[in-house]
Amino acid sequence: MIDLITSLLAITMRAGASLVYATVGEIYTERSGILNLGLEGMMLMGAVSSFAVAYYTGSLVLAVLMAMLVGGLLALTHAFLTVTMRANQVVSGLSITLFGSGLASFLGQRLGPAENSHYLVGLVGPKFTPIAVPGLSQLPLVGPIFNQDPLTYILYLLVPAAWFYLYKTRAGLELRAVGENPRTADAMGVDVVKVRYLYTTIGGMLTGLGGAHLSLAYTPGWSENITGGRGWIVIALVIFAMWNPARAVLGALLFGGINAVQFRLQAAGTNIPAAYLNMLPYLTTIVVLVAMTWWEALSKRIGAPAALGKPYMREEK
Amino acid sequence: MNDTQETPVPILEMRGITKRFPGVLANDHVDLELYPGEVLALLGENGAGKSTLMNILVGLYRPDEGEIYVRGRRVEIHSPRDAAALGIGMVHQNFMLVPTMTVAENIILGLRDLPFVPDLAQVSQRIREISERYNLHVDPDAYIWQLSVGEQQRVEILKLIYRGAEILILDEPTAVLTPQEARELNKVIHMMTAEGKSAIFITHKMEEVMEFSDWVRVLRQGKLVAVKRTAETSPQELARLMVGREVLFRLERKPREPGDVVLELQDVHADDDKGLPALRGVSFTIREGEILGIAGVAGNGQRELAEVITGLRKVKAGHIFINGEEVTNKPPREIITHGVSHIPADRIGMGAVGNLPVADNLAMKGYRHEPLSSKLGILNPRRIIDFARRLIQTYRIATPTPQTRIKFLSGGNIQKAILAREINACKGLLVAVYPSRGLDVGATEAVRKRLLEQRDAGKAVLLISEDLEELLSVADRIAVLFEGQVMGIVKSDEADIELLGLMMAGIKDPAMLRM
Amino acid sequence: MRIVFEKRQSISRKAQVLVPVVSLLLSLVLGAILLALSKANPWETYVAMAKGAFGSWRNFSETLVKAIPLMLTGLGISIAFRMQFWNIGAEGQLVWGGVAAAGVALFWADRIPAGLLLPASLLAGIIAGGLWAGIPATLKAWIGVDETLTTLMLNYVAILYAEHLYYGPWRDPHGYGFPGTAQLPPAAWLPRLGNTRAHLGLLFAIIAAALLWFIFKRTRWGFELTIIGENKTAARYLGIDIGRNIVLALLLSGALSGLAGACEVTGVSHRLQQGLAIGYGYTAIIVAWMAQLDPIAILFVSILMAALMVGGDQVQMMMGLPAAVGLVLQGLILFPLLAGSLFTEYKLKIIRGREKATTGGQV
Repeated sequence: MIDLITSLLAITMRAGASLVYATVGEIYTERSGILNLGLEGMMLMGAVSSFAVAYYTGSLVLAVLMAMLVGGLLALTHAFLTVTMRANQVVSGLSITLFGSGLASFLGQRLGPAENSHYLVGLVGPKFTPIAVPGLSQLPLVGPIFNQDPLTYILYLLVPAAWFYLYKTRAGLELRAVGENPRTADAMGVDVVKVRYLYTTIGGMLTGLGGAHLSLAYTPGWSENITGGRGWIVIALVIFAMWNPARAVLGALLFGGINAVQFRLQAAGTNIPAAYLNMLPYLTTIVVLVAMTWWEALSKRIGAPAALGKPYMREEK
Repeated sequence: MNDTQETPVPILEMRGITKRFPGVLANDHVDLELYPGEVLALLGENGAGKSTLMNILVGLYRPDEGEIYVRGRRVEIHSPRDAAALGIGMVHQNFMLVPTMTVAENIILGLRDLPFVPDLAQVSQRIREISERYNLHVDPDAYIWQLSVGEQQRVEILKLIYRGAEILILDEPTAVLTPQEARELNKVIHMMTAEGKSAIFITHKMEEVMEFSDWVRVLRQGKLVAVKRTAETSPQELARLMVGREVLFRLERKPREPGDVVLELQDVHADDDKGLPALRGVSFTIREGEILGIAGVAGNGQRELAEVITGLRKVKAGHIFINGEEVTNKPPREIITHGVSHIPADRIGMGAVGNLPVADNLAMKGYRHEPLSSKLGILNPRRIIDFARRLIQTYRIATPTPQTRIKFLSGGNIQKAILAREINACKGLLVAVYPSRGLDVGATEAVRKRLLEQRDAGKAVLLISEDLEELLSVADRIAVLFEGQVMGIVKSDEADIELLGLMMAGIKDPAMLRM
Repeated sequence: MRIVFEKRQSISRKAQVLVPVVSLLLSLVLGAILLALSKANPWETYVAMAKGAFGSWRNFSETLVKAIPLMLTGLGISIAFRMQFWNIGAEGQLVWGGVAAAGVALFWADRIPAGLLLPASLLAGIIAGGLWAGIPATLKAWIGVDETLTTLMLNYVAILYAEHLYYGPWRDPHGYGFPGTAQLPPAAWLPRLGNTRAHLGLLFAIIAAALLWFIFKRTRWGFELTIIGENKTAARYLGIDIGRNIVLALLLSGALSGLAGACEVTGVSHRLQQGLAIGYGYTAIIVAWMAQLDPIAILFVSILMAALMVGGDQVQMMMGLPAAVGLVLQGLILFPLLAGSLFTEYKLKIIRGREKATTGGQV
């Protein structure tokens, strides 16, 4: 039994890392009041670009930086369209997904070497491998926590840092204020436009990094639609985590865990509940949304960004 | 108007401030002076330009013309940060607080001279000290959403003191306070002015001017119309300065014997948007062929009064009857079918749909019936256009075509269109709220003539206005509303403006006692 | 010097025409650069794409096959968007339409006369799609729950449920493990146009577009929906019941997406299988937005977007270039279009001159 749980945890953690990166990124974006539905496109672009860079340069560091650059640039486009040009956030985000997934697919068939008829599919490149912490990784139950790839280890620092930054620093205070009430933030001397650009871009960089984890660590290599809809799952996870980076981990583990459990159940021959299990996070998210609306106090306690999706113009009421 | 000879250098001076919004001249060459240790009241009707002027001062708006001097030096204020650096801080009418954050977090929001990871315990300690000194009690660690409105205002003031503001701007601070809280606020302001700080107090209530300020400047339609020492003026004079317009035309009101009762209110109570009592036992009747004017300074329940009658706001107690039938808390649709028309105070926000053509806006009441639509619910566009053309001609609405989006018309023409639609649909009662506010002379005259026409045609009209001249020339009787209560109802032919001024300031009509 | 956007005093017709034209040209230029960088001949690619999508009746019919679901869902979405109800749940509504249509055709074939099986299947799809949209609409109208997120979440519930059906209880026992139901009885097949795969759904889309045009231009109900979408305060003041109308409009919105799904199942795949939810519901949002919610324009924009997809497929077959070229071009049109839509209501104003006086920040 303990072995089973230990192995489930191992699978869960590997499946969850990319989700945590993207969820923390989107939490920061949404905290500034910007809804970015372009996650799927940014993750795919992060995955394809990082794999290509890793394949040709052999440098995983360059690969990761490339994923962040590409994700950041796409998110910057979203910020420009929605903040400066005041475009509809839903349409702009969907356009980012459309363009990003199209371009990723295109590049996946053009960036490869001639001998593979320019395809990236099927190539083997450098990848992040798990590094076991001697001793600790052998522990029952918690062992897998100490047998992860470097990108996952970085999360051990990133998540607490993201939480601390959001709730304990001056900049985090300004970010939360902008997403909650941009007019107030503006009146208190916070540059709303700057904050929205900055955190939308940072969100895109983290999302791109999440994509890189897929093609460099979780399922090394490039394959068409490598994300399998993770970009959309993240939108649900953000609500599930109630816009708190610390809770993002729980949500990502739950999603990853459901997948892991499902494989086990299928192996055990009980096929029925898989779909219902998979629905659970989405249904929970809807329940959270309804509860937040029903009990306004709950929404305030959570700190859901009240200005999410709303453009802000100073001289227009 | 020049009154600077014996005073010291002003801490703040605004010269010739002009600000235009599309279609509106919000500030027209306004001057302002503020001296250390003094409270200046800025008095004016809603829409007179007080808030715009102050938003310019704190850097939220940019003036189109004019100069600002602080401590004698010319300054450009681009943002609230610039204003704060100059020691200017404002308590906005809608509080600038983030409800999901604590008091302490709100107070330090946007401050740059704190460490990157602020020590909130230390901040809370300093807030407690300031609270103690100024008698502004509030828990620094409480969340804003847990606080009452009065407490939230204290947080706003604490925020300014914490940031070392020397010039405090208070935008209608008493609107949300109980009388006791207002007295407390007065004490706090005087404590601060005693320390050499100065305050600008925006209000449209004369009694507050008398209570709080040393100087008063009166704005009307974006222009500065008077500068007075508070000690040398009276509420009555201020009321006249604020609302009195020159009488530009005389309207003939034929004597007419009113008919049956159309609208009757019995002891009506209702709350405002914030859940505070706005109407406290209002009773009156209006008969066929009669105009009842509602006088009073804005914010004394006028808006709520119009909304309960038209079904847009819940009545908490009391009854409303139209033609003898009870309509209390009936949905707006049903009240409309009882023949009630409504010219709302908020023309663009409520009375019209900006992105739709003038013709559609004109048809928004008539579209439900023949001839504009058939029994099956099909609209007849040709008849709608014909109908619109007829109204455009009759009411002299200046529009390029009936298909022009109504938001591109001037305020006066939008109002004429609403008036045309509502009068055309009116079958018994017309509720008109500030129908001539912000209009030029011509449009104002047109509006008033139309209201009289309705009266002469036997309709009952409820006219809510801040303009005493308007009420005196148009209404048959005038009721004065103060803090949600009727102070008295007088026949306009027998009314004198001094008495109305007294009632508007909250003194019950001695004649009421006689009646 | 600073640059500010100033609201125009009237809608700029010039911008309304110029922005889409410039956007299309810009996207072609950007796409050409991308193609050239990846060592493909842009001109040849574009010609091949155009031929692939419109070159023959056969090719054009394939474009129509992809355009039909975009048209129907796009029309559905346009109803919701007119009311400022951000329904991004068309994908799930479409899936439910497919599920219900397949269910009726497969399991009620013996209970329903053959002549009525197709109409019954389509009706089931319409009802299922409508009800699925009714859930977020009711939550919004009664409690005020934000619809953007609920509609999105409900997509996944619908997709997972459909997967569950054709992987599980509804799987064809003779399908060699292929994820999908058995083939529908031919009585439930939607007639096709000639010997192409394009089907009667095209007619439904045209009728739906005409109907919507009529509803919004000529009926009291459409007028009330327009008023609600433009100004809810005014709608309340005019005595219009907002909640009830939101729910009704969303039932219609979902019904059209449901019909799209039912048409896919009865007209194209003839079974419920993997590949029903391939993003039509999301692309349709972009279609509706590009068409500025005009029902007739939605038909043409759908054909344009479908042509880019089919053209991409053709380029892949004929030139060995990735089919995703079409998707990239779709995205590239959108960015300038999104950025440019501002210019119809605003104009750029450049304010010159240095400001000499001290700024507050420096005091």
